[in-house]
Formats: sequence, C-alpha cells, structure tokens
Amino acid sequence: MVFLSNLVNGISLGSIYAIIALGYTMVYGIAKMLNFAHGDVIMVGAYIAFCALQYWNLHPLVALLLAMVFCTLLGITIEGLAYRPLRRATSLAVLITAIGMSYLLQNLALLIWGATPKNFPGLFSLGAVSLFSGQLKISGNTLLTIAANIVIMIALTTFTAKTKLGKAMRCVSENRGAAELMGINVNRTISATFAIGSALAAIAGVLLCSAYPTLQPTTGSMPGIKAFTAAVFGGIGSIPGAMIGGILLGVIEILGKAYISTELGDAIVFAVLIVVLLVRPTGLLGKAVREKV
Amino acid sequence: MKKMLALVLALVLAFGLTAVHAEETVTLTIAHIGPLTGAAAVYGNATSRGAAIAVEEINAAGGKFQIVLLDADDTHDAEVAVNAYNSVMDQNAQMIIGTTTTTPCIAVSALAYEERVFMLTPSASSTAVTEDKDNVYQVCFTDPAQGAASAEYINEHKLATKIAVIYNNADAYSTGIYNTFNEKAAELGMEIVSVTTFTDDTVDFSVQVADAQNKGADLVFLPIYYTPASMILQTANANEYKPVFFGVDGMDGILSIEGFDTSLAEGVMLLTPFSADAQDEKTQKFVARYQELYGEVPNQFAADAYDGVYALVAAAEVAGVKNGDKAEDICDAMIAAMQQITVEGVTGTMTWDATGAVSKTPTAVIIENGVYVGFTK
Repeated sequence: MVFLSNLVNGISLGSIYAIIALGYTMVYGIAKMLNFAHGDVIMVGAYIAFCALQYWNLHPLVALLLAMVFCTLLGITIEGLAYRPLRRATSLAVLITAIGMSYLLQNLALLIWGATPKNFPGLFSLGAVSLFSGQLKISGNTLLTIAANIVIMIALTTFTAKTKLGKAMRCVSENRGAAELMGINVNRTISATFAIGSALAAIAGVLLCSAYPTLQPTTGSMPGIKAFTAAVFGGIGSIPGAMIGGILLGVIEILGKAYISTELGDAIVFAVLIVVLLVRPTGLLGKAVREKV
Repeated sequence: MKKMLALVLALVLAFGLTAVHAEETVTLTIAHIGPLTGAAAVYGNATSRGAAIAVEEINAAGGKFQIVLLDADDTHDAEVAVNAYNSVMDQNAQMIIGTTTTTPCIAVSALAYEERVFMLTPSASSTAVTEDKDNVYQVCFTDPAQGAASAEYINEHKLATKIAVIYNNADAYSTGIYNTFNEKAAELGMEIVSVTTFTDDTVDFSVQVADAQNKGADLVFLPIYYTPASMILQTANANEYKPVFFGVDGMDGILSIEGFDTSLAEGVMLLTPFSADAQDEKTQKFVARYQELYGEVPNQFAADAYDGVYALVAAAEVAGVKNGDKAEDICDAMIAAMQQITVEGVTGTMTWDATGAVSKTPTAVIIENGVYVGFTK
C-alpha cells in the first residue's frame, strides 16, 4: 500500500513534468530551439492566474483563460523580439538568448510581484478519490492533470497531423529552406508554435501551482529543467515521448527518494537520464534522423 | 573699531559653536550587504529595511552619531557578495551590518578578517561565519544553539515521544541545526524515528511527510525556512496527518505568505527571540513603522538587522569612533567594545562573548488563531 501510494505521488509529480515537457518538445520539435524561458513563462502564467483569483475574484476558468491569453501574447512577443532576429544566427546564440530571457522574466516577476512567496489558491476544489477503504488517496488535482495531459497530447498530435498550420509546422521542422520554397511563411509558423507552446505553459503553470502551491519568481525554473530532462528522456520532439518521459521521471524521482534516499533523489533522476541516453541517444521514443550529406 | 568688533563677534561665534558642539557629531558609515534580488531576496530586503528603520531613528534622535547607510546587493551568491563588499569598502564604509545569508557571509567574513573590517551579521547563523575570526559577530542565534535549544525544549516540555525531522540538506543553516539537534536528542535519549531531506528545488514533499506519518512520529521538527514548511503543512493536511510541527527562526514568516491558509499553521510551535506581536513599546514602535513604510509585518531578519545597527552604534560609542576613522583603525576597539556592551533590542537583551556569538534567551511561541502567542505549559 505504501508502494502504491508512492507510485501515485510519483505519477502526480510526473504528470506535471509531462505537461511542461509537452511545451518544450513542441517548440523544440518545430523551431529546433531550446526555449529555456519556457519554465519562466509557466511562472508568469501562474502569477496571472493568481492575480485573477486573489485580487480580481474571477471564476477559475476565466482565470485560466486569462493566463493562457496573456502567455500566448507573451510567447509571441518573446519570439518576435528576441528569437526572430537571430533566426540565421548559430544555435548557441539562440540558446544564450533564451537563458537571458529566462532571467529577464524572473527578474521582472521579482520587480512586479516581489520576492515573498505567494500561496496559490486551489483552482478547482476537487475531492480526492479514495481506494482500498481510504488507504490510498488520489487527489482530484492529479486526475485532472493526467486528463489534461491526455487531452493536450491527443489534440497536439491531431493538430500537427491534420490541420494546414500543423502540416506547415511539420514542414518547417523537417526543412526550413524547403518549406519556405513551398510557400510556407516560416516566421508565422514559428510564431504560431510559440503561441501554442506558451498557452500550454499557462495551463502547466496553473496545474503546477494547484498541486504545489508555493508561487515565487523562481517557481518555474527547476520544474522547467526537470521537464526539459523529461522531454530529452522521452525523445525530444516527440509528443507522446514527452508525456511518457515526464511521468517516468516523476515516478523514478519519488520511488528513488522513498526507497533509496531522499538525499539522492535528484541524482538518481539524472543518473537514469544518462543511462537512457547512453543506450538510446535519441531518447525513448525519439526518431534517429539521418543527415544526408 | 569696526574691524575689532567684527573680530570679537567672530571669536564669540567661534567659541559659541565649539561650546554647542562640545561633543562633535560623528558620521558613521555602515554598509548593509544582503540579497536584495534573487531567490533569497525576501531575507535581504528584510534586513535592509530593518537596518534602515534603526538608522532613521538614530539620525532623528540626533545623538552623537549620524549614520550613512550604504546598501549593496549580493544576490545570495558568494562571488557577488565579495564584489559588493569591495564596492562598499571603496565608498569608505567603516563597518558592516551583514551579510544576511550564510553562504555569502562565509566568503565576505574571510575577506573582512584579512582586511580588519568589523562585521556584525544580523542573520547568518552558521558558526562557520564567526569561527577563527575575531572581528565577526552575530545578532542571531548560532545554528548549534538553535538545534540544541530546540531538543532541550521539546524534551523538557515532553512534547513528543517519537520525533521526525525534515531538513534541507543543501543548506548550511538547516543542516547545521539538524546536526546539533540530533546530537542533543541522542544525549537526552529522545527517539528520532524518521529523518528525511530535501533541497531548495524540491516541489514535492509527499515522500518526506509519508515517512514521518508511517513511522508514527507525533512531532515533526522542521529546522527549515518557511516556504518549504508551508508546503509540508499542506501536504500533511492533505494526508490527514496532524503531529506537532516544531520550527526554528526560519519558520517565522509562515503567517505572512499571501494566500496561505493560516489555519493549517494552527498549533505550529517555533523557537524564536522575536515576535512581532510582543506587547513591549520598542517592538510595537518598530513593527508600526515597518508596516507604515513597507506594508508588511517585519520578520525576525528585519528585527535582527534593526538590533544590529543599534549594537554597532553602542559599540562605536564605547570604542570612541571619530570622524574619518578608517575601518581597519577602529576594528580592534570595536571588538573590545562589543564584548562590553549590553543591548536591549526587539529580539531580547543581548551580550556577546569573544567567539562572536550572541547570548539571548529564546522563547517558544505557538500559533493560535493565526497569531503568535507565547507558549506556556
């Protein structure tokens, strides 16, 4: 029973990583850049939802929508101001810019909302599900997060496979130059990718803070890094891979802490990542792309 | 004749001036260093504000000293802290109130020891800060003092039969308190059933809380800061686990987290020398001014810095600091003075010994109906 309860906690944590990893993998898969500011967009989304709930007393769903709209605009702005001018620069330059953007967002949040941590009010008060006569509890929030994960994963897969914009995204991902020659507006496609990725970040932020309620300017950074790890673990660029990677990472982290040592929890997570990458360099579900010379 | 008169008048005036200023006003430059931005900004801002209020009061009272307060940001980073230290020394700081947090303080105190700059840290509580440095003093309790005092307190008041500890093993403060708590508990024959750890980046506390719960601990000792503590309280609540939670000074502030359901903190006990709800005049005046300026209740860090500035001024008085004295010239006199003074501050009555550690009485407070009240049993 203790094991089951740890497993549930692991899945609960993992589903949060998964939802953040979906955003990472989406942007990486299409724009071929690591948006290290993703974790901080999550934090901004959570703050917007916090303000909507705490100060403006809005309905939780309205708060969530507001956070999504704000983050979408923020994502498009970041992309347009910071990443688009560097489209032809080396990937290292873009990476450093993304790290800079991450710090900028953190410090802006520090300026606006202050350093004192805020406690995120539960967005949806869902009862817990009790199993085995109350010995095992699964919180409503966990179920909601898992459901959100599945819905988003299916929606994203369908979107990239079926819609025109989705197809354009896949083209851009495969070969930017060729896509441009085929009449695809690359800049607009990448902007759309960032818009979707950032809206996902807002959802992730709200779910993250509903489960783990401390909200401060650095809230997004560590979950962001873990989610990035999860995305690599699952095969970066792969949408189902991000979800599987996220959940596995959460389970490994919790079980490692529970049965090996709380002190080594994070070390175990990253050791597993190294082993996976040694055996499968493209991650669990990653495709090996052969470069034609 | 007119010239004569002018001369006499000038002389009278000159004498008059010296007579009024028999005790000349000394300008004292004190530098505060702490994390004003970054993840630990909440502590650095608290010490900065606490110090500023003390300076404001001292300058307004118009005593022997007029203080110029410099403020430098160390972002809770040892390297940045050293740069901040160099910067304030370039601005002719004579002594330092800081640094706020332990890790930067260890770096800065080593340098201050070499360059003979007197340092009083409001809140860096590790003994590593003062160890082997005769010119570094503390306003707060040292970690060993807190850990041992907590164990003694719990034992003496029979608060628990089985104890669990959750501490931050990435933090010198938390680990330091845990170690001494553990030693003292072993010495007193107390039973610790569960010890689990976390780091600054941990967001999930389910394993730690479950371990304490499964091993039947009836008291959970939390030698940690209040942000993770608030998460632990919420996790415990979700699992219907209701032990006594016992914290140390880092727990102070838990009631001021915006949006936190303070009913979860009901019954939480902590050992602290400062309580913003204390009824004495000094504390009330300080708290009122702090609220007026910054719109929040001061925490222990602010109080420590406030007392720290008063202690520095008291020591400077005894040491006979004069205008234009350089930091290295007054360092030894300040060290001697520090061991002679007694400061009655908002964190209690303090005296210091040669190790740099403070002596004051910790009191336990318990949270009842969302406020701290003195604990009596």
